[in-house]
Amino acid sequence: MAVDIKNISYYYGDNPVLKNLSFSVREGDFFIIIGPNGSGKTTLMNAVSGILNCQEGRVKIFGRSLQSYNRKDLAKTIAFVPQMFPDDFPFSVTEMVLMGRSPHLGIFGLEKEEDIKLAKQAMHFTEVKHLAYRKLNQLSGGERQRVFIARAICQEPQVILLDEPTASLDLAHQVKTMDLMDRLKREKGITIIMVSHDLNLAAMYGDRLLLLNRGQAVSLGLPQEVLTLHRLEATYGCRLLVDESPLGKFPRITLVPQKHDKRLGVRDKG
Amino acid sequence: MISDKPFLLKRLFAVSFLLILLLIVTILLGISIGSTGNEFKTIFQLLSGERAVDPMREAIIREIRFPRVILAALVGATLSLGGLVFQVLLRNPLAEPYILGISGGSAVGAIIGILMGLSRFPGVGFTAFAGSAATLLLIVLMSSGQSILKKDSLLLSGVMINAFCSAIIMFLVSMTQDARLHNIIFWLMGDLSMSDIRQVVILAATLLPCFLILFLLSHSMNLLLMGKEMAQTMGVNTRLVTMTLLVVTSFMVSATVSHCGLLGFVGLVIPHGLRLVLGPDHRVLVPSCVLGGGTYMILCDLLARVLPEHGEIPVGVITAMIGAPIFIFLLKRSRQ
Repeated sequence: MAVDIKNISYYYGDNPVLKNLSFSVREGDFFIIIGPNGSGKTTLMNAVSGILNCQEGRVKIFGRSLQSYNRKDLAKTIAFVPQMFPDDFPFSVTEMVLMGRSPHLGIFGLEKEEDIKLAKQAMHFTEVKHLAYRKLNQLSGGERQRVFIARAICQEPQVILLDEPTASLDLAHQVKTMDLMDRLKREKGITIIMVSHDLNLAAMYGDRLLLLNRGQAVSLGLPQEVLTLHRLEATYGCRLLVDESPLGKFPRITLVPQKHDKRLGVRDKG
Repeated sequence: MISDKPFLLKRLFAVSFLLILLLIVTILLGISIGSTGNEFKTIFQLLSGERAVDPMREAIIREIRFPRVILAALVGATLSLGGLVFQVLLRNPLAEPYILGISGGSAVGAIIGILMGLSRFPGVGFTAFAGSAATLLLIVLMSSGQSILKKDSLLLSGVMINAFCSAIIMFLVSMTQDARLHNIIFWLMGDLSMSDIRQVVILAATLLPCFLILFLLSHSMNLLLMGKEMAQTMGVNTRLVTMTLLVVTSFMVSATVSHCGLLGFVGLVIPHGLRLVLGPDHRVLVPSCVLGGGTYMILCDLLARVLPEHGEIPVGVITAMIGAPIFIFLLKRSRQ
């Protein structure tokens, strides 16, 4: 198991954000965490990345408890692509990607030839090599996202965590980012754990999904097992339509606006 | 295309070499020019090891001008580095020890130390450090819970801390008849004139290890710019690094404040200028700030000595006259 989580709870003050949560992620899986706003997805990501320690329960990474890793070893195992990056970051693309090497280097972070090669490979992989000398604050959101992913790849981790990487991207960049993660999984065997708001992307790309609500696991399994009409309607509290995608054997979720809701009258009577 | 060869060391050496050259030229300029006349010839004679040098002139250069120039270089280096570090820690390009009120806090501490009759060093140095630490704690408390303190509110709180500190200073000054406070107004505006070689050596011995620590942490500063959480997931012990940066920097700043009073905006002008030319990598910026800040302060001090026909103006007046307009310009640009 890449990540094995048992009975974790996290309280923000007295407020439980994660409640007695258990699940595990197999090595080489594309694992996607979904759930409504405030369901604890980001907190869960922070718990797995070691940014915060849960008050209860334990997190194991490749069979070892998270606490037993020292910072650098953990950074060599897990790379994190957060939801928001400072937009005033003045470094160039190359400098940024090279920073991914820092857990492998000494305190002064002196890069060797081999590190620069790895950075170039990572930039090539995420198709940002042509931007190598551009400043990060001159890039579009999609380009910047791919730079941050290149940095994560350059860190040479076994697991990459992403917190809503497609949230603010247009359609083309969404697919590009997701395809990139899928290739990363297939070609490099990296375990991908992602938080996503987009149920359709989750259905198309995820090997296994975890549906979270109010800090608890509602369902865990294959997309077609997790993404069922009743479960989603109950969790998200809105009307949906779930059918099979014309692309393959996975569900397709459609929002149902009130004016198209044919069931509304029936339910009100019942 | 990107070359495969690591470029950092080469850049570091090239930049340092140029700046060291500049610093040496400025030091020579600084000890050559003064109120008793320009001594280019004497300097040249001294450097070439000639015996027939007027002992009077030699004494002026060795015992008055040289310590003062070295003091200026140390202070300039410290304040530039201070600005650089606070700009990283608060993720705010306008942060600077003077603007944040940290220099003011350490001035209050220093004055209390002087009134208590402590020796200039380490006594006053210690109370100055306590003052700056208290101010720093206040700033950190105000900004806690937010990873980025808003630019404007940070500046506003700095203005308030400064106003409060100068009120306390004026209060202390008017409450006492102490003759020791006679020079305090001059000192408050930044004063490099009270420099004997022994003090300068002690100050250098305190500051140089601080510079070294900051240089070692320069890559961590790069990573911290991405945010504390991100730096943590990349293997940085953020708590330890942040604490070290805070303590070392406020220590350095208070050591210089207790020696030479308040010199504003140096930590703004130099890091911004160098960043513009050299880029954002702190592994290059830290040594450049030491060398460049030193050069800048020697030049400011030179102006302070040369501009008035009689006597001199406090060097803090010069740094503020140069720095404040630049600050306003940067503030305006950062709003756009």
